[in-house]
Amino acid sequence: MTTLDAIILPAPSYLTAHWSLRSWLLTLDHKRIAMLYLTSITAFFFVGGAAAVLMRLELATPASDFVVSGAYNRLFTIHGAVMVWFFLIPSIPTVLGNFLIPLMIGARDLAFPRLNLMSWYVFMAGGALATGSIIVGGVDTGWTFYTPYSTTYANSAVFPMVAGIFVAGFASIMTGLNFIVTIHTMRAPGLTWFRLPLFVWAMYATSLVLVLATPVLAITLVLIAVERFWGVGVFDPALGGDPLLFQHLFWFYSHPAVYIMILPAMGVVSELVACFSRNPIFGYRFVAYASMAIAILGFLVWGHHMFVAGQSVHASMVFSFLSFLVAIPSGVKVFNWIVTLRNGTIHYKTSMVYALGFIGLFTLGGLTGLFLATLPVDVHVHDTYFVIAHFHYIMVGGAVMAYLGGMHFWWPKIAGRMYNEGWGIFSAILMFFGFNLTFFPQFILGYLGMIRRAAEYPPEFQLLNVLSSAGASILGVAYLIPLVYLTRSLVRPATAEANPWNATGLEWTVSSPPPEHNFDSTPVVTTPPYSYDAEKTAELEAVSP
Amino acid sequence: MTHLAIAPQFDDAAQQHESAALGMWAFLATEVLFFGGLLTVYTVYRMAHPAAFAEASSHLYTWIGAVNTVVLLLSSWTMALAVHAGAHGERARIIRMLAATMALGLAFLLLKAVEYYLDFHDHLVPGRAFRPDWSTNAPAAQMFFILYFILTGMHAAHMLVGVLVVACFVAVIRTTPSPARHANALELVGLYWHFVDIVWIFLFPLLYLVA
Repeated sequence: MTTLDAIILPAPSYLTAHWSLRSWLLTLDHKRIAMLYLTSITAFFFVGGAAAVLMRLELATPASDFVVSGAYNRLFTIHGAVMVWFFLIPSIPTVLGNFLIPLMIGARDLAFPRLNLMSWYVFMAGGALATGSIIVGGVDTGWTFYTPYSTTYANSAVFPMVAGIFVAGFASIMTGLNFIVTIHTMRAPGLTWFRLPLFVWAMYATSLVLVLATPVLAITLVLIAVERFWGVGVFDPALGGDPLLFQHLFWFYSHPAVYIMILPAMGVVSELVACFSRNPIFGYRFVAYASMAIAILGFLVWGHHMFVAGQSVHASMVFSFLSFLVAIPSGVKVFNWIVTLRNGTIHYKTSMVYALGFIGLFTLGGLTGLFLATLPVDVHVHDTYFVIAHFHYIMVGGAVMAYLGGMHFWWPKIAGRMYNEGWGIFSAILMFFGFNLTFFPQFILGYLGMIRRAAEYPPEFQLLNVLSSAGASILGVAYLIPLVYLTRSLVRPATAEANPWNATGLEWTVSSPPPEHNFDSTPVVTTPPYSYDAEKTAELEAVSP
Repeated sequence: MTHLAIAPQFDDAAQQHESAALGMWAFLATEVLFFGGLLTVYTVYRMAHPAAFAEASSHLYTWIGAVNTVVLLLSSWTMALAVHAGAHGERARIIRMLAATMALGLAFLLLKAVEYYLDFHDHLVPGRAFRPDWSTNAPAAQMFFILYFILTGMHAAHMLVGVLVVACFVAVIRTTPSPARHANALELVGLYWHFVDIVWIFLFPLLYLVA
């Protein structure tokens, strides 16, 4: 038997099992589909980022001199639409979720592998149509498509762009549906709901929002398309329509969509905080329930985008109150992470630096969200840079930091390669400072009254804008560094151990990168999650460079 | 061998069936939200223009809508019988019942097409051809017809998909060595069919009977 074992080579990993282009484009393997998504959303990220660079260049001076107003309107539309629909919403679910959910629950694949592959094609078709129509047709409505501008007045390719986002929505629905079913039916024996990693809980909550909110966006976009294409007024007040109804429908999707972006990030951070403080997450059930609470409350707060739009004061008061409630589960998560850190032994690995950055930036973003949920304050800062700064603290400081933290944490598993911790920590810290330099001045600018979506501003705002633009250039460099060293790591041999961080979780029990079929035999789970203890701590010390 | 081949990601037939059923229910939940959003728009505009909506509704061909309601209810019945026959693996009966379901579905679509044709003749199609000589509030009347065409159009698209799926299923059942293998899949097709019928059960009173 020993001689037989010796001549059997180790099973090829999912990366090396097949080499043809066809084996990638027609793959049903959740890990390869995750890689297809990784390359696509990385490209979309740099498209959206390029638009942001041009905007910050324009805003370095008060006059509209680098680009004219019309071009600026197109830039912020590209930036918003691409970042929201083609980077942030798919980012963690389609890359880390696709890759990790089957591995974390001890399954060979998602429940519907063909649906999973189809979601990528649908996503790419929608992405090509939407970004193509913005770049060629110059859509200038902003990512929110507010009526009646988008339906009656905008002389641009609104129709194909709306069609592209409509199509991409189905990719979201397919992914969410696949995750819900997989998490329900395909958990390994012994892997009860309360033994699931918190990342899986977060993905489950996210999937519910994806499946329930996206159809409403779909029908809203259909109505816009009908109005533009037929020239009949669904939302046109001159024809008996109501533009506010559009805003209600749009935010019924787009506010939950914010939680589609942040809930997965919270799931990633729970994994990182537990692993690198070598400590079981404090209040596991509360963190899991908090994900569900945020997903549910997220459906009830859309009206806080419309405080000054003319909705009834009573509705605004209710929406304000409900928005404050979201702070409770969010606070539960932050406090539980902090107590986990407090009771643990902290290891400053690259992923941990990202996680700590997330906690700080998310807290600031969340607290300024409470300002905005307060009716009189919102009237003052509505449509100013204060709002821009708030959601970038959540979306960039929160979601993107967690996404990169997660990419660094699972990169050895995904690629089978380690990366240079020095470069990793350097770029994570650079990102933190670049981010704050970019967006903190925008809080002040907004409070002082600088309105968003304008290419010009009064000269007294220039100093803060120059600081912000300088921060953006640092941020840009900090995003390029990981792209370079992670890509470069791919040319080295795959030498990562199965579990380089001594982390808990089934994904670390298989080789790095995992074999095509994930598990040689179905694992049986007998322990609670995050069973970190002193012995494993000593091991991590030993492997630390 | 009474079960369909098990896909490699599943451990056993029970897990595969459970996953497929849950997937269909989750899909139907998205459909509820899709039509729900549209019905919300309808409700808001009807509350804004109650008289104009009632007046516009009275110009629809209620008898065609009523006949179509009966046609769809019958199709749900034959679909339920097909699912029942599927559970017992009775090939001939499954094919008969699915053929009847398909015929009723096509009858619905045919009647709907005739109705659209008549609506077009009556100048009820929104846009330039819309000429509501009878209306005191033409924009609101047009709004009713926009929503009427979108709602019934979306429903008809779902019917068409249903008829095509049933047609494919008949082809599968005719050639399969064991019809009982496909009982679970047939059950899911049935769920979809019943859902589309239920949508119509909401649309008929909301659109045709508000007057």
